[in-house]
Amino acid sequence: MARFVVRRLLVMFALLIATTIVTFGLFTLIPSANPAVLIAGRLATPQEIEQINVEYGFNKPIYVQYVKTMKNILTGKAYSYQSGFNVDSEIKAGLPATLSLALGAGFIWLVSSIAVGTLAAVRAGRLTDRLLAVLALTGVSMPVFFLGAVLLYYLGYKLNWFPLGGYTKLTSNPLQWLKHLILPWFALSVLFIGFYSRVLRSSILDSVNEDYVRTAHAKGLSERQVLVRHILRNSLIPIISLFGLDLAQVIGGGAIITESVFNLHGVGELARDSIQRLDIITLMAIVMLTAAAVVILGAVVDVITAYLDPRIRLMT
Amino acid sequence: MSTTSASGTDFSDSAPAGSAGDGQALPAGIGPWALAWRRLRRNKTSMAFGGLFLLIVVLCLLAPVYSHDVAHIGPAAENITGTIKVGGKTENIVSLTDIPIGPTWHSHYFLGADELGRDVAVRLLYGGRNSLEIGAVATLITMIFGTLLGLAAGYFRGLADGAIRGVLDVIWAYPAVLLGVTLGTVLAVGSIGPLHGTNLMVPAVVIGFVYIPYVAKPIRGQTLGLREREFVDAARQQGLSHLRIMGWEILPNLASTIIVFIPLILANAILLEAGLTYLGAGVQPPNASWGTMITDGIDQIPAAFHLVLAPGIMLVLAVLSINIFGDGLVDALNPRAKVRISLTGSETDDH
Repeated sequence: MARFVVRRLLVMFALLIATTIVTFGLFTLIPSANPAVLIAGRLATPQEIEQINVEYGFNKPIYVQYVKTMKNILTGKAYSYQSGFNVDSEIKAGLPATLSLALGAGFIWLVSSIAVGTLAAVRAGRLTDRLLAVLALTGVSMPVFFLGAVLLYYLGYKLNWFPLGGYTKLTSNPLQWLKHLILPWFALSVLFIGFYSRVLRSSILDSVNEDYVRTAHAKGLSERQVLVRHILRNSLIPIISLFGLDLAQVIGGGAIITESVFNLHGVGELARDSIQRLDIITLMAIVMLTAAAVVILGAVVDVITAYLDPRIRLMT
Repeated sequence: MSTTSASGTDFSDSAPAGSAGDGQALPAGIGPWALAWRRLRRNKTSMAFGGLFLLIVVLCLLAPVYSHDVAHIGPAAENITGTIKVGGKTENIVSLTDIPIGPTWHSHYFLGADELGRDVAVRLLYGGRNSLEIGAVATLITMIFGTLLGLAAGYFRGLADGAIRGVLDVIWAYPAVLLGVTLGTVLAVGSIGPLHGTNLMVPAVVIGFVYIPYVAKPIRGQTLGLREREFVDAARQQGLSHLRIMGWEILPNLASTIIVFIPLILANAILLEAGLTYLGAGVQPPNASWGTMITDGIDQIPAAFHLVLAPGIMLVLAVLSINIFGDGLVDALNPRAKVRISLTGSETDDH
């Protein structure tokens, strides 16, 4: 079990190091994103660019620059070339909003999709199932920024039930915190509920014919017991795996569009801004945050999956 | 030892199950594709939404006709000072306080005007052409490269598999939107070969690239299984080349998987284009897509909400119709799902 988790973690870690290398390489190799040119400005002379190259160490081999950047970010000494801000403190400033969004929405979409997916599977082929299918497909067909704009217009502007975007800290005003987050939670969850509930539905319908389900029936368990303890327990595995990765990406600033529509000033918005001004240092820090979240939640998911399906432990 | 026998083998165990699901005897000798087509045709909802999508495509392709013969105004024609007769009253197309007119439900300004006095309905059709074109090109790129990479990785295994899987995993580990925005922005300011700046194909290539692992991974998994099958062994014994075995023996067996992925990728590609455009990394002006129109419309809230609603509803309708048709396609090509449904149905009836 421990060996299994450690090996998975090592693979994940290697992958995520690779993503930072790709990000760094992309920005260094493409002339228009070259940091020296960006710092020097459009009208810089070759001499000025040369001077910046020496000053910032851009004339060193690319792997030296990469290692230096990574080291600076990890020790909190990395500063954006464009804004001059310390990138770690910028991320720290955005994290409360992003974590509030991720944890709240994650809870909503996980619970709702389990409920919707189970209901659809139990009622498979009937009217309830068909209605839920159409709802789920509508959910996955909805661009977040369109849904967000519609919600803000009708519920925020017309009915005045919710504020028009922005974020209030939980510690300064819990009620306002909640009011600012309900719409973003909903907008972000819709897509995931649609997708997860479909996956869970087919996963449940797939496991109905498994041997352990027949055994459970043979033991004389009631329909409900079989459904909850045996079918659902196993069918949740793909959902949990998806959930771990998706939640990690939202925590790492992956909900760029949702954060932008609702002006949450979180890590996702920071990611958008840093990409738009080709701010490689800030973007690298965000990619590393995503990486850390993916590795940590990946490990948690592995443990939960092994608990849900005893067969997984045997496969190491 | 032909491709027909090969693809027949793969379907043979599922075909009787499908006929049982349909609940009636089928004529002997009917092929798996004919069976799937029959099942799809019976799925009224899927066919209706498939038709709706075709209708949207045709309407968008007819944009120049609508513009010239119905609305009598081009997609870029501005008309800030003009007036229009609505229900006998003469109204400004753009009011003195810069608020554009809403839907008139007449041939002129059917869906209203935008802040520059341009006809929203005309722009909607032209924008749809761009959205659909980008979606189609992106899907083509994803399907071709996803299939080729997945096929090669699964067939050759070993070193080739490791290398391909490594690259795919790196793309996969990136959040799709983050990767798309990064590539889109870098390409919008810079260039790779002929791809640069405002070219419509920039977002198409970026989106096509982002989704490659989503197709390549399942194709690889299926190929790993297929390469161990008897008909592949037989082909190898005959001394057929790798290329021939992959293309003529394995690929036909992947067809149903590939077909199922096409609507799925198309729907997501159209959505991702809108998202990237919203973040400024997709379609660049002067080109416009549905994503551009929604994004521009958001700036006009609350004065003119029809500028968000019209392209938004159109986009959702297009993507939803693809998704519902795709869902029916999965059911038609994978009849086991249907049998299972009837099984659980009888189980739940018991209590």
